[in-house]
Amino acid sequence: MPVLALIEPNEELSLQALSLARDLGQPIHAFAVGEAHVELGAYGVQTVHVAEDERLSAYAPAAWAACLEQLIDRIEPTAVVAAGTSRGNEVLGHLAARRNLPFAANCIAVGSEGTVTRVRWGGSLLEEARIDSELKILSVAPHMVEATTVNGGVANVETVQANLDDGEFVVRVIEHAETRSAGISLAEAKVVISGGRGVGSADGFGMLEELAGLLNAAVGCSRVVTMAGWRPHTDQVGQTGTKVAPDLYIACGISGATQHIAGCKGAKKILAINSDAEAPILASADYAVIGDLAEVVPAITAELRKAQSS
Amino acid sequence: MRILVCVKRVPLTGGKMVLTADEQALETRHLGFTISPHEECGVEEAVRLVEHHGGEVTVLTLGPAEAEEQIRDSLANGGDRGVHLVTGGEEWDPQATAAAVVETVQEEEAAGGGFDLIVFGNESADAGNYQVGIRAAYALGRPIATGLKGLSVEDGRARCEQEVPGGRDIYELPLPAVVSVLEGINLPRYPSVPAKLRARSKPVESRSPERPAPKLEKLRLVVPPGQGKQAEILGNGPEAAPAVVDVMRDLGVT
Repeated sequence: MPVLALIEPNEELSLQALSLARDLGQPIHAFAVGEAHVELGAYGVQTVHVAEDERLSAYAPAAWAACLEQLIDRIEPTAVVAAGTSRGNEVLGHLAARRNLPFAANCIAVGSEGTVTRVRWGGSLLEEARIDSELKILSVAPHMVEATTVNGGVANVETVQANLDDGEFVVRVIEHAETRSAGISLAEAKVVISGGRGVGSADGFGMLEELAGLLNAAVGCSRVVTMAGWRPHTDQVGQTGTKVAPDLYIACGISGATQHIAGCKGAKKILAINSDAEAPILASADYAVIGDLAEVVPAITAELRKAQSS
Repeated sequence: MRILVCVKRVPLTGGKMVLTADEQALETRHLGFTISPHEECGVEEAVRLVEHHGGEVTVLTLGPAEAEEQIRDSLANGGDRGVHLVTGGEEWDPQATAAAVVETVQEEEAAGGGFDLIVFGNESADAGNYQVGIRAAYALGRPIATGLKGLSVEDGRARCEQEVPGGRDIYELPLPAVVSVLEGINLPRYPSVPAKLRARSKPVESRSPERPAPKLEKLRLVVPPGQGKQAEILGNGPEAAPAVVDVMRDLGVT
């Protein structure tokens, strides 16, 4: 039975979704907006359906879902899959609402008889669930499934003549406002230094900034810190903040609530600096220094300066 | 403006996930509860809009009897009245949740006039289904924008901002509309003691809807592997600094 996959423009996570799509059936049909992706053949896609409608040049979730609906009628797939991105989950939510069908968000595996394993609590807990419907609608949790290639050739490209009512474009991006970012971003930095309640105050982040300057690191924080107003929410690492995946994550004065771990567990190594040797963060960290971070962090900064100048 | 904001009671999970013996729920005997974070910001956003434009904020929750605590917390933070759909504590799947919300909206609107705006959190902290608001919007025939980090209302339209790589995407929705918001759209206030006292006497109406059979059925919960690593202690206090720098050098990040 065929499977239909939503491919977002320039989205690596869509390729990860294709790996799970291949576990659901074949051939794989992909729906892409705007561009023909013949290279998707390498990921097992047989046919790429490209929607060409001037109005689709700006993102409109209902219109994307309407395109998927028309393809469902034509291809009659057993499942519709997308990456668990903001847009992937949104478009599948629209599709599920339009068809009044269940939708399982952020799956990491599929089993027999409509069973899936999906993430809860930002990945801190897994759920085995059953989708009770003929057509399975599901998204794939980011960075939980590897994007693998198969011995596929070049994918066929077919143009979709989507018949879209103007009503599908009521909710549509009408403007994109650029924001200039200062310094290195949390998502890109090789080293992230985060502070929690233990930093004590907004001013306390000065010593973290100083160490970050030497390592070209980004400074993050826990939810406690943003709720206290010490740092902006854009600095928050966690389930409701940014998810990071640096080579080294340094957690200073962070207890290690699951809310926070959900945001930093993608790090290659985690170093915890904490005055409490029993703090839960130690169960998620690779290395730890036990002590007052107000003494430990400046000592690391001094030691690093010495090492860098020699 | 008349605004409805939907909130969910969720446990404060702390450092470790522990399941009940039947693997159907988190063991919450030793845990506190809170409003799911995105929704806490939803309440604040609704209250700010009403402070600016005038009107009324109704807070709706579907949850066990104890979820009245989350309604009262929302009323302490500026909500005017609550509606509590009381469950027996079992989970409702997203389709059933959305249907119960829609039924309540229709009843409330028939009795007290239409809601200009219905506010959801983008996804709940626990189940994370990412869809209840969208389903409700479709059933009510209203536009929806999700994942908002900015919201303002003027001339019968809602200007909605999403954070995307490199900037913000802007949408404009005609009211009445549905929105879902993310934590960070605002910094929720802490309730004052008098506000908490006032919240106790604000009206909360409860109803007991029937739970339909789930279409997305939870079979069991599983704690993922990897919980309970043992960190290598590099040292105590500032004397550990050279060992930390050695680790940084080994990782190639110095």
